[in-house]
Amino acid sequence: MGIIRTDKLVFEYIRRDEEGNVEGITRAVDEVDLNVKQGDFVAILGHNGSGKSTLAKHINAILYPTEGTVWVDGMDTKDEKDLWNIRQEAGMVFQNPDNQIIGQVVEEDVGFGPENMGVPTEEIWERVEESLKAVGMYKYRKYSPNKLSGGQKQRVSIAGVIAMHPKCIILDEPTAMLDPNGRKEVVRAVRGLNDVEGITVVLITHYMEEIIHADRVFVMDKGRIAMQGTPREIFSQVEKLKELRLDVPQVTLLAYELQKSGIDLPDGILTVEELTRALLTVQS
Amino acid sequence: MLRDITLGQYYQTDSVIHKLDPRVKLVATICFIISLFVVKSWVGYVAAAIFLAVMIKLSNVPFKYMVKGMRAIVFILLITVVFNLFLTPGEVLVSVWKLKITREGLQLAVMMAVRLSFLIVGSSVMTLTTTPNSLTDGMEKLMKPLKIFKVPVHEVAMMMSIALRFIPILLEETDKIMKAQIARGADFESGNLVKKAKAMVPLLVPLFISAFRRANDLAMAMEARCYRGGENRTKMKPLKYASRDRIAYGVLAVYFAVCIVIRIYL
Repeated sequence: MGIIRTDKLVFEYIRRDEEGNVEGITRAVDEVDLNVKQGDFVAILGHNGSGKSTLAKHINAILYPTEGTVWVDGMDTKDEKDLWNIRQEAGMVFQNPDNQIIGQVVEEDVGFGPENMGVPTEEIWERVEESLKAVGMYKYRKYSPNKLSGGQKQRVSIAGVIAMHPKCIILDEPTAMLDPNGRKEVVRAVRGLNDVEGITVVLITHYMEEIIHADRVFVMDKGRIAMQGTPREIFSQVEKLKELRLDVPQVTLLAYELQKSGIDLPDGILTVEELTRALLTVQS
Repeated sequence: MLRDITLGQYYQTDSVIHKLDPRVKLVATICFIISLFVVKSWVGYVAAAIFLAVMIKLSNVPFKYMVKGMRAIVFILLITVVFNLFLTPGEVLVSVWKLKITREGLQLAVMMAVRLSFLIVGSSVMTLTTTPNSLTDGMEKLMKPLKIFKVPVHEVAMMMSIALRFIPILLEETDKIMKAQIARGADFESGNLVKKAKAMVPLLVPLFISAFRRANDLAMAMEARCYRGGENRTKMKPLKYASRDRIAYGVLAVYFAVCIVIRIYL
């Protein structure tokens, strides 16, 4: 059994009008079956309102399923006695870096999680040091978060989660509010954690470029999982992605158009290098 | 514009006073303020002045920087002086039209001015040498006994430190909203006070909404990081008294004793 597993997960929002009368029920997540293996890098894609954030909040036990079950490392999220263990094992990074940094100094913020868990003082310092180093923010440890760029703040948030020694990290659109440089920084840090530390990563995003390195991709639409597979499998279905209102990376799109106009190229090209190589073989 | 406001106005430098435990500084500040009301004679004020001067010297904060903080209270100081000067009955020194300056009034006015300025400078020695964070930490530790009376000490301290963390963010946001509204023709500058205050309403509403949204996000992020109140929480930087803190308490006790002696015998 994987580290994160959901079984027929359903979550319903009750919509109310201004007087508090029930207007209707929205199914944000609809019968989702997910199985993430330890050490995997999983990406969840979807346009706004596809239910991907709602799904993420279930893994950290911030939301509870209306129907179905979520297991994190074998623990049922509905089981209250495991609540804090689940939150420790499945760390969560949110979208807005300003709204999740609690400390007034970088190192204090990273220490916040371990402090809450009751880790002894010396060990907190060790954990803070190692997690700041893991995201490449160690030399900023004495800075005020207000003086950092968006990408740096988001890396501090990630360090704050790693300091709790989680088995997996769920990142809920961590790059949505960043500029391209910040986005690259964060994605590099996340990949490093997955490669070096072997932490399971669930990356929720709507930027296609970020999921190229994922082991598996889930595409969500209207609360359901519409597609799943490796990035290559997903990107070879350009038409279907367009139907789901998702942008395909430019290279993939170019390769797809070339293919359509008769050039013999393989499916699902992801990087510029791949396309060049493929084009060169076609030429020769 | 708005970002120039420095709250808590911590002055970064290295000194004995900076290194003291925040609890010592808090207690000392309170004691100093009390001592200003204990002494009644000039000798007492000289003692207080010497104590304050030594503290300022030890803190390595330039005196000029400290006086800067006084500017905000010049107005209050002036009012106090004027009222005391003219409204104290007693032996008349000068009388102009209906206003009379009395000997007692003059004495009281100077005394009040000295007392007020000492009070402000004394407490600014604390805020200048202590980071807001260690200040809240110190308060939390000092007020811990109040927990018996069900005072949510940890929660209050946490709220204070979060508030301090969000001040620059909210200021930046205010700036942004202001600019956005100025761009659409809002006028924050002209008109009398009432008009200006009214112009602030469309600024405050979006600011409040966004503050609530931030609070919601932050609460979720804190819970996601296992925050569950003060129980079983460990500290990354626990407060521990060092020998210099004990010495400081000693010095403080001596000073306070001197003040009481002066009050009784002089």
